[in-house]
Amino acid sequence: MTALASLAALATPLQAGQLPEWTALAPVFILAITGLVLLLIDSIDPDSTDSALLAGVSTLGAVASLAVTAWYLAAGTGQTGGEITLFADAIVVDGMSLFFTAIFTSVVAMVTIASYDYLRGHENQGEFYSLVLFAASGMALMASANSLATVLVSLELSSLPSYVLVAYLKKNRGSVEAGLKYFLIGALSAAVLTFGISLVYAATGSLIFADVAEALAGEGELVGVAGLGVLMVAGGFAFKTASVPFHFWAPEAYEGAPAPVSAFLSSASKAAGFAVAFRVFVEAFPLATTPAGIDWVLAFQILAIVTMTLGNFAAATQENVKRMLAYSSIGHAGYALIGLAALSAGGSANGNVLGASMAHLFVYGFMNTGAFLFIAMVEHWGVGRTFEDYNGLATKAPVACVAMSVFMFSLAGLPPFGGFFSKYFLFFEAIENGFWWLAVVGALNSVLSLFYYSRVVRAMWFEDPSGSFELGSQPVGLYAAVMLAAVATVLLLPGFPPVIETAQTVAATLFA
Amino acid sequence: MIIEALIAFTFVAALVTFVLPDRLAGRGAFALSLVPVLGSLYMWSQFDASGNALLQGGQTAFETVIPWLQVAGYEISWYVGVDGISLPLVVLTTVLTSLAIVSAWTPIQHRQSQFFGLMLFMEANLLGVFTALDFFLWFIFWEAVLVPMYFLIGVWGGPRRKYAAIKFFVYTNAASLIMFIGFMALVLGLGDSTSSFALPEIAQALRAGELGSFYGLDASTLQLVAFAAMFFGFAVKVPVVPVHTWLPDAHVEAPTPVSVMLAGVLLKMGTYALLRFNFTMLPEVAVEYAPLIAAIAVISVIYGAMLALAQQDLKRIVAYSSVSSMGYVILGLVAYTAYGVGGATFQMVAHGLISGLMFMSVGVIYNTTHTRMVGDMSGMADRMPVTTGILIAGAFGYMGLPLMAGFAAEFFIFAGAFQSTVIAGNGLALFTAAAMFGIVIVAGYLLFAMQRTLFGPFRLDTDYEVGPAPLHDTLPLAVLLVCIIALGVAPEIFFNMITDAVDPVIGGVLQ
Repeated sequence: MTALASLAALATPLQAGQLPEWTALAPVFILAITGLVLLLIDSIDPDSTDSALLAGVSTLGAVASLAVTAWYLAAGTGQTGGEITLFADAIVVDGMSLFFTAIFTSVVAMVTIASYDYLRGHENQGEFYSLVLFAASGMALMASANSLATVLVSLELSSLPSYVLVAYLKKNRGSVEAGLKYFLIGALSAAVLTFGISLVYAATGSLIFADVAEALAGEGELVGVAGLGVLMVAGGFAFKTASVPFHFWAPEAYEGAPAPVSAFLSSASKAAGFAVAFRVFVEAFPLATTPAGIDWVLAFQILAIVTMTLGNFAAATQENVKRMLAYSSIGHAGYALIGLAALSAGGSANGNVLGASMAHLFVYGFMNTGAFLFIAMVEHWGVGRTFEDYNGLATKAPVACVAMSVFMFSLAGLPPFGGFFSKYFLFFEAIENGFWWLAVVGALNSVLSLFYYSRVVRAMWFEDPSGSFELGSQPVGLYAAVMLAAVATVLLLPGFPPVIETAQTVAATLFA
Repeated sequence: MIIEALIAFTFVAALVTFVLPDRLAGRGAFALSLVPVLGSLYMWSQFDASGNALLQGGQTAFETVIPWLQVAGYEISWYVGVDGISLPLVVLTTVLTSLAIVSAWTPIQHRQSQFFGLMLFMEANLLGVFTALDFFLWFIFWEAVLVPMYFLIGVWGGPRRKYAAIKFFVYTNAASLIMFIGFMALVLGLGDSTSSFALPEIAQALRAGELGSFYGLDASTLQLVAFAAMFFGFAVKVPVVPVHTWLPDAHVEAPTPVSVMLAGVLLKMGTYALLRFNFTMLPEVAVEYAPLIAAIAVISVIYGAMLALAQQDLKRIVAYSSVSSMGYVILGLVAYTAYGVGGATFQMVAHGLISGLMFMSVGVIYNTTHTRMVGDMSGMADRMPVTTGILIAGAFGYMGLPLMAGFAAEFFIFAGAFQSTVIAGNGLALFTAAAMFGIVIVAGYLLFAMQRTLFGPFRLDTDYEVGPAPLHDTLPLAVLLVCIIALGVAPEIFFNMITDAVDPVIGGVLQ
């Protein structure tokens, strides 16, 4: 905490008696209000098809929310002196919720900057930006959920705009089809989740995490019902995080959706799913006190291994770059699941494992968003989507291709990029906590992933262009977003200490 | 702070070169690369160290330790420094990079700024590999070397460059991962005896026998498993038969200056790491399995030489002969005598210079003739007398002609191996005697190739005009030749500092 501690000295901590407690939710409010303001701005000139104002305001909102989040994180809001609970304990603001909010807002900022170019010429831009911000506020709320009801409401708040965003290109069959698939599987998963929650409620008589945990520890009369409920809740989260067995929508949705939306969904939405999964399973169903019948760690171990292996093998066989990234994003969900799969009752390193998983999601937020935004740029140029279409791209756009190479190598976990450390710590902490086989499977998958990630690099740099490119105008916003992500991905290696230390510190408080 | 300054400067120089216009990139990169050369020479002149950087009782030169991050109770720091083993390799890296950059002026004719930028980027990472004393820092540099090499082969290489680049990347990356797991097992097995990834701390704890059990493996099994994993990882890099197959592909497809870096410096990463990790940290295992390691070394020497004998392509001949020369290095390491290990280190430098010279002169001939096939040309001596002379001198260096660096290195290694007692009953002497046959084969194929390409009536199966090479192609060769002769005549300019650093490695092994 050294770097942050010095920052904290400069900032005023939000603690009892200084600011009203509800201001702890300021990052969420800023996102939601920005969304409303965007609707207002859009009503002034609804037919505009080139709106720097909309993109600017939404970026500003995201950055403002990020700034407040960073300030709260540095000032120790919800960390020093205990977490801040609001609305009869339904919502909690602590280090973990702020950490995840930082991920969502960074991704939203990059996505909105990039969307300025991507959406140029499209109608209904106001709706697009406001939906992104509403979804983001839902995600930020997910990270703060402290009651199963809040989980359900915030998850729907982030999912419903996402369905629309996927189908945003309404004249594009792929986009509409993807939106429909996403919606149907999403509705099914929401039903499964709701049913799971009601079973848990039936067994424990409460929705607040701490009370659920207490009730589960108390008596084992309805263990079967509670166990089934826990399993179904896990299913709901598997959908949100695109994990097996609820992953089928992901490649379709990511491929069909506008590329900035794919970036948004595969980075921020996935992280949101993990945020709420981490909190629910650690706080509501704590391993140490739940009855032996509810051994969810085993379920997550199987899920983690199957998810990463399936995602990586499927990615290796793709011909379409966007689809490859979609499957690789399933693979990364498998890595992040290690955060839950490598927990053990009373394990001394539990906080470290969970923190490593959070740090990986943080780095992933930059490198994966960057990769999808690069694809958005390629789509903007009209180059095509297969590996072959990327042949020789580096001769035309060397700087952007350097950035894409950085993302690819970082996703593969190669030094000297941020992805190396985040993957490394994930595997290392898993071993430390006694789950070496998870680390071995993860490492083998990483080697496999290098094969397909390097195909992109090879196509861009080694191959000769198959046709002649006319790249046309330079999309300033897209370039800026991609470069931002690339610089962050590189700087996250030397700058990793504050990330991992913050993540592990805030994760450790969940186990305290 | 000179080491940080060198590495940082080289990174910045790489970025600067990357944005230079193509026509200026070659000259600019060379001018920039002179700074690290001067820096490393300055380091050499101010070098004041004794003992080994990893083992107690010595002093490391230019040491810096800055805490970086802490995880699970382990400290990771920016920790660099040099001793008598790393300094010669640092000097070799800077000098060879500068010369390789000059030798690239002629053959590299497209996307120059990217090419030269990557060369400097690689140099920065190589400097990091040879100076880092924290495992993490070292591993980051170690892996980061792969990225520029992948591009250098894949973009500027020969017809099968994509295949060669991928093969190189996947082979060496997978090997690094296995090595990584082996080393991590050691660190975790040490438990509370180490609280950081600093190599000196780990080496000393291992030498002090503080290794505990890990996941049910007792200390001796763990040692053996880790040794095997690390040995495999480094052996691919060296490369050692039978994991050498990426090397000829990479060499043949790589453009000449890249081959120079590959053979001259990158292969040394493998032997350097073997010395630092396997032979310094786990000497008991190395001694116990000395016959096996020696056998691998001898097979590499002989088999590599036989493969070279069978080649028609001059570059392939030089490439395979690297396998054979690196076999000697391993033989010297396993001997565990001052001369053996010192000679092995000396051979790293000597082979770097000599193979650099050979690749460059083959490259110069190729630039002019556009062929490397032994059967396609003859009588080159008539048209390119200077290049021919230097090529022959280099070949003699390879064969171990006295007063050249190769002779000194091989002499030390053989002397050390004959003294060695790691295998009971002077057994290593038998292996050494077998390995010495390698020299005969080397002399055979080099003389044979020289005879057919350089002498006799001039004949060339292409219609290119063949004349003397330009000055900027010849000068790097001359510089290398001077270095080779200097090291051959006065090996003590490096050898004394090397033995200083090597003695603690040997201490306590054979009692």
